[in-house]
Amino acid sequence: MSGSIVYVEHANGAADRVSLESIALARSLGGPVEAVVAGGPSAGLAGVAASLSAHGVSAVHVAEDARLDAFAPEALGAVIAQVVKSGSPGAVLGPGTERGNEVLSHAAARLALPLAANVMTVSADAGGWRLSRQRWAGSLIEDARLEASVGMFTVAPHTTAVAEVAGAPAAVVTSFTPNLTDRDLRVRVTGREPAAEGSISLTDAKVVVGGGRGVGSAERFDELEELAGLLGAALGVSRVVTSNGWKPHTMQIGQTGQRIAPDLYIACGISGAIQHIVGCKAAKRILAINTDPEAPIMGRAAYAVIGDLHQVVPAISAAIRQRSSTS
Amino acid sequence: MNILVCVKRVPQTGGRIVLTADGQAIDTKFLGFTVSPHEECGVEEAVRIVEAGGGSVTVLTLGPAEAEDVLRDALAIGAERAVLLETDGAEWDPVSTAHAITEAIRAQEAANGPFDLIVFGNESADTGGFQVGIRVAVALDRPIATGLKGLTVGSGSLVARREAPGGGWETYELALPAVVSVKEGINLPRYPSVPGRLRAKRKEIERVAPVRPDAGVAVGPAKAGLRVPVEEGAAVEILGRGAEAAPAVVDMLARIGVLR
Repeated sequence: MSGSIVYVEHANGAADRVSLESIALARSLGGPVEAVVAGGPSAGLAGVAASLSAHGVSAVHVAEDARLDAFAPEALGAVIAQVVKSGSPGAVLGPGTERGNEVLSHAAARLALPLAANVMTVSADAGGWRLSRQRWAGSLIEDARLEASVGMFTVAPHTTAVAEVAGAPAAVVTSFTPNLTDRDLRVRVTGREPAAEGSISLTDAKVVVGGGRGVGSAERFDELEELAGLLGAALGVSRVVTSNGWKPHTMQIGQTGQRIAPDLYIACGISGAIQHIVGCKAAKRILAINTDPEAPIMGRAAYAVIGDLHQVVPAISAAIRQRSSTS
Repeated sequence: MNILVCVKRVPQTGGRIVLTADGQAIDTKFLGFTVSPHEECGVEEAVRIVEAGGGSVTVLTLGPAEAEDVLRDALAIGAERAVLLETDGAEWDPVSTAHAITEAIRAQEAANGPFDLIVFGNESADTGGFQVGIRVAVALDRPIATGLKGLTVGSGSLVARREAPGGGWETYELALPAVVSVKEGINLPRYPSVPGRLRAKRKEIERVAPVRPDAGVAVGPAKAGLRVPVEEGAAVEILGRGAEAAPAVVDMLARIGVLR
């Protein structure tokens, strides 16, 4: 066949969103779109496979193996390589998630094919593919060409919209037992620890108070913590704060930390380096509190207060308290 | 334990990215360079493992002559040897980079004995290809775990810890020799000491010509050009200056529904 094969990640019996976005991008290439779904007997693979019909997938290759009940990146790469070799797809796509990039890289290495990670657009041209992809976590876009017998791509999250197809016929589902050796399964998840409960997660918070270099020391975060407490907000920090050891890395917002998407992000003493911006650009609004009206964060902010955060933040906290005591 | 850490030199970008006139690269006229953040932590992790259990850390990069600086940074915090796969400064795609590193590892191991552990950053900060470490591991037929924020090395094996999708942690056990890719947050890298810097300055850096894949091997992707994404930036509303701005901030918070 020509057309595309999409590797679909799933959890709790449902396809993951970025995989559905990858299917939508694959459909834009024209030609039939098939999917690969892999896992153990308890993963609900039949349900995942059936759900893909609505997204315009014509056939689903279901690889079921009890040894795949725990995530095993090398084995999953081997499964994709087997499906690719048994057909003749023009392109192979997968989600540009941490796991998707890992599994597609394994498949590409096995198939001796190049891979373009985190693509935003792809189109076929004479003898290859034209694509755009994210660099610097999306702060920069690369236009590139790929020449290969099969084009392999991971799809940057949230750059292609999920698209269902009204009245699409049911996909042909084919189950197979992948040919996996113990060597393919030498790396797999052997233990799990659940997330700590109770704390406000940065990635889910509606309001985030962020502190940067301007805070000045580990001790002086108390002013930001007070404001966060009054607003029911999560506290985040920029990279310089974790590099200085003022706060743990789990609180870092940015390219090498967390991506947040709150209704309001209050950025205090943060200049707005691009590595920080990629972590907070999904915020609906930014309030920047900074002594420097020319700081790059001002170009991203909806609101700003020019001034020393050590005067501004306590004043805001005091004003909030006063408001709640008089209302 | 003998450990190899592969690092990349990247521009130290600030508030905005400015491209060269031909749109082929970031204009670095006014920028410094640094080691890509995940790899900086990779060097630190390797040095800690060797400090605790003995052995030696070698650091390797593929890049222009100036990439020597990031190797010296690693030597200054405790790496023993450094290898520069010296390029003319043009970008190498992930397939070619992985091939050059794999060949260099084979040559290093033939000359100096095997590496028990090879460490990469999960992805480079600039090109973000997410694949070089995996390609090298597959070429060498060694196990690889990626995206790690915790590493415990035992005799003959290691336990690796990674953030699980949706929260919490997952662990992997790998037999040595193995390859890992790490992420920032696995440790807090130290700053080099002045004596460390002086020692690093005197060390010799092994320069090797990187080897390209054979003709006929599909490589890429090939960069055509770079663009800065267009942002729909609305003008910022200045709510005031200093502490006097507080009432205006509270009004705004009420207006957008954060305060009721």
